[in-house]
Amino acid sequence: MRYLPLLDEDRAHMLKTIGVDSVDDLFTDIPKCARLENGLDKLPEHASEPCVEQHFSELAAKNINAGSVPFFCGAGAYRHHIPASVDHLIQRSEFLTAYTPYQPEIAQGTLQTLFEFQTQVAQITGMGIANASMYDGSTACAEAVLMAARITRRSKCILAPNLHPHYAQTTRTLTHTLGIGIEQAATAIGADTDVMQQIDDETACIVVQSPNVFGEVIDLRALADAAHAKGALLIAVNTEIVSLGLLKSPGEMGADIVAAEGQSIGNSLNFGGPYVGLLACRDDKKFIRQAPGRFAGQTLDAAGKRGFVLTLSTREQHIRREKATSNICTNSGLCTLAFTIHMALLGDVGFRHLAKLNHQKACDLADQLSAIDKVELLTPMFFNEFTLRLPKSAHEVVENLAKRGILAGVPASRLFGEGIMDDLLIVAATETNSDIQLSQFATALAEELS
Amino acid sequence: MSMNAKGRPTKPETSNISPQFGSALLQEEGLLHEVGHCDKTGVDMEKLSGRTSRLGYLERSEATGMVGLSEPEALRHYVRLSGRNYAIDLGLYPLGSCTMKHNPRLNEKLARIPGFADIHPLQPTSTVQGALQLMEELSHWLLEITGMQTVALSPKAGAHGEMCGMLSIREAILAKGELEQRRRVLVPQSAHGTNPATAAACGFEIDEIPANAEGRVDWDVFCSRLGPDVAAIMLTNPNTCGLFEPDIRKIADLIHEHGGYFYCDGANLNAIMGKCRVNDLGVDAMHINLHKTFSTPHGGGGPGAGPTVLSSRLADFAPVPFVKTGKTGKLQLVEQLNDAPDSFGRMCAFHGQMGMFVRALAYMMSHGGDGLRQVSEDAVLNANYLLARIKDHLSPAFSGTCMHEALFDDEFLKGSGVTTLDFAKALIDEGYHPMTMYFPLVVHGALLIEPTETESLQSLDAFADTLCELANAAKSGDQERFTQAPVKAPLRRLDETKAARHPVLRFQENLQNT
Ligand SMILES: Cc1ncc(COP(=O)(O)O)c(C=O)c1O
Repeated sequence: MRYLPLLDEDRAHMLKTIGVDSVDDLFTDIPKCARLENGLDKLPEHASEPCVEQHFSELAAKNINAGSVPFFCGAGAYRHHIPASVDHLIQRSEFLTAYTPYQPEIAQGTLQTLFEFQTQVAQITGMGIANASMYDGSTACAEAVLMAARITRRSKCILAPNLHPHYAQTTRTLTHTLGIGIEQAATAIGADTDVMQQIDDETACIVVQSPNVFGEVIDLRALADAAHAKGALLIAVNTEIVSLGLLKSPGEMGADIVAAEGQSIGNSLNFGGPYVGLLACRDDKKFIRQAPGRFAGQTLDAAGKRGFVLTLSTREQHIRREKATSNICTNSGLCTLAFTIHMALLGDVGFRHLAKLNHQKACDLADQLSAIDKVELLTPMFFNEFTLRLPKSAHEVVENLAKRGILAGVPASRLFGEGIMDDLLIVAATETNSDIQLSQFATALAEELS
Repeated sequence: MSMNAKGRPTKPETSNISPQFGSALLQEEGLLHEVGHCDKTGVDMEKLSGRTSRLGYLERSEATGMVGLSEPEALRHYVRLSGRNYAIDLGLYPLGSCTMKHNPRLNEKLARIPGFADIHPLQPTSTVQGALQLMEELSHWLLEITGMQTVALSPKAGAHGEMCGMLSIREAILAKGELEQRRRVLVPQSAHGTNPATAAACGFEIDEIPANAEGRVDWDVFCSRLGPDVAAIMLTNPNTCGLFEPDIRKIADLIHEHGGYFYCDGANLNAIMGKCRVNDLGVDAMHINLHKTFSTPHGGGGPGAGPTVLSSRLADFAPVPFVKTGKTGKLQLVEQLNDAPDSFGRMCAFHGQMGMFVRALAYMMSHGGDGLRQVSEDAVLNANYLLARIKDHLSPAFSGTCMHEALFDDEFLKGSGVTTLDFAKALIDEGYHPMTMYFPLVVHGALLIEPTETESLQSLDAFADTLCELANAAKSGDQERFTQAPVKAPLRRLDETKAARHPVLRFQENLQNT
């Protein structure tokens, strides 16, 4: 078997050295009643590389990949171009096959790139500091809520009505066990600023996504002021990090904590994972002490040279156990590396250009689609994603256009369930869409609706 | 010298010996923000049309402050940095509890097929039937290996899987109307930190059970802690001392008799595949670290994947989303909580770590049922061989054989002036990544060694020779070799106390080299 280096003669020699007759003598602690005498005989036997490859090629061929069609899905995951050098670099053995950097003297590659990643995330979000990543944007959001509750010693959390419903559900699931009371008004385009009315003296935080799940860009400043006036925190959620190349940063608008999805930079769609959760906050001792996850920090070695280590670990599970700020251990390591390399290649100039390009593509597409009879643009202030009202079921339209080879976006009903917003379609455009694709979509939609 | 709570030194003695860097193969490299420039970019894009934005006053007015690199500069920056990492592909990586095995490159290739890497989680399910089939096949293998009823695929790492299992248990208790009463979760002292942290995050109180002199759950103490307020036990098996819990079936039966549940931490599944199935051990929930047992790369700290198998007692409470077969035979995704009324909720934005699913399934198919059993046998054989080779020179924490990893305490260093940390750092100078140190907490100065099945006999022999030689050097009074180590790594020991006391968590212009 190609991955197993031992020869039978090695095994015999090793058993002799150990002083047992057979390998089964090493498994005698397994209760007799539970031993599998015949192993896993219901599973197929080992297979060669070409056999395995063949099977996966067949499976992959049953999927329509985004790059093969005009593609407009977003709602929390976005298709962007990833420079070839990113994937090459993250596959270097020294990055790919290293563990968490527990021995800093021989893990400076990972630790320095984490430090650089934290710097970039802090810079684009306009926040003081950022951690070394969470699993994804939704778990970052849940962790941010718990963090806010610890900082304020309050337990009420108000979610904006148009927070991505999967983020809202994840947050509920991962926080209700600790007595966090979640309030959220019914979703409605334009309603996010209403959360101001709900804030009271028991409120730990308000959670507002901008651009929100319908693509609307929200002015966070008044929300931040309203929260702060009551001693509550503003958690700004962002699911399309490229937007920060064009939008005022959440930090500039007064956010206390930012929870974001970083997939758009450096990471493929991957059918939903692995992605990279970003968590940034104010550079304030009280915040840092309550933050979840790992931090890379700068220090010196014994000879006085600069180096990096995992630090502030007295917050973490391996030291604090049940008193830890979070149970997270493994995070999104290699996805942060992809993020930071892609971001380094873009630089400030490229990042802002990319954001503008996305916005322009989306504006062009919105113009073309909303010009179609009975199609209405519901979100005039958007970044690269917007919501349309169609004269019929968006689900049906998406299915029909898929048959014509166009992936036309995400019906709101896919996110919220059927019955309330069946005619709404959430459409995203990115730099990967050619102008021809935009007009192909417009033509097909017009035909579908005529 | 500062110490942390476990007596592990965190501040090195200063010294002026520094390894020689700046030569052809050991390049110095500055921080991104020192080597980059704010006007540089390594990406060419379509020109902007000059169309004005719709964003008005919400448009960014300032630069981000980030720097950029051209492509050649970027390649050099990251390739140079990569040279400062130890990795499995460079040598044995005996981190106990972490299962640092070889990462097959076929799996990397397959995960990058556009049909998997370039599909969106919310595109119509009619256009991702192959992806859903892959998830079903992965589930089938995991369920065959464990004998369990169902598997929740969405958890994103081991700790997230623990959360999934414990939330399922919580929901089951809630359904029986016993949540008010069942507050306590039993957690052995040897447990990984994520176990108590997870139980606490689920709102339970932690009741720690000590290990007995053989490194197992103390049976009498366990029995004495049972009661109508116990929700569950969280037990790692094989445990973090590298030992199978021989009483596991009895523990399961007793906890069930008392109305509680059995959560098994599956981080050490690599020792028992094809040798026994956890369902037969009475387990109710167990996470599986695809990034350990099933070889998906660790990537310097992630991403992982923590699919969680559930018994028939918990299956109905599994989180959304999950795959099911529709009436027409097409695969569907159940994503709405309304469609899964007993589900405890949702754990993340989408369907889980698809990229890891592809790799793990490829790993399983490559090995087959026969190979997976061989994996466990070889993993256990390798650990025991290493134990046999070094046990007279180091001090095994427990007598007898072990499973896939071997635990030592610092008894063999007694009187030498050398600590576990020093010993570990000296291994770096010998060209090895150290073992797990100071974990589990049940023995003094723990050294936990897990070679995995992908090490050859030659590799084990060389490592054993090094360990024995080091142990003898420590005993013979060559203290400096240890307390000064490492001297051959890119950096000497780092000052963790300084890092924590004066946190510098991002690049700051005025803080260079301080
Ligand atoms: C015994 C044990 N349990 C749980 C975990 C947590 O797994 P993860 O890091 O994937 O969250 C680990 C690994 O770090 C472990 O060794």
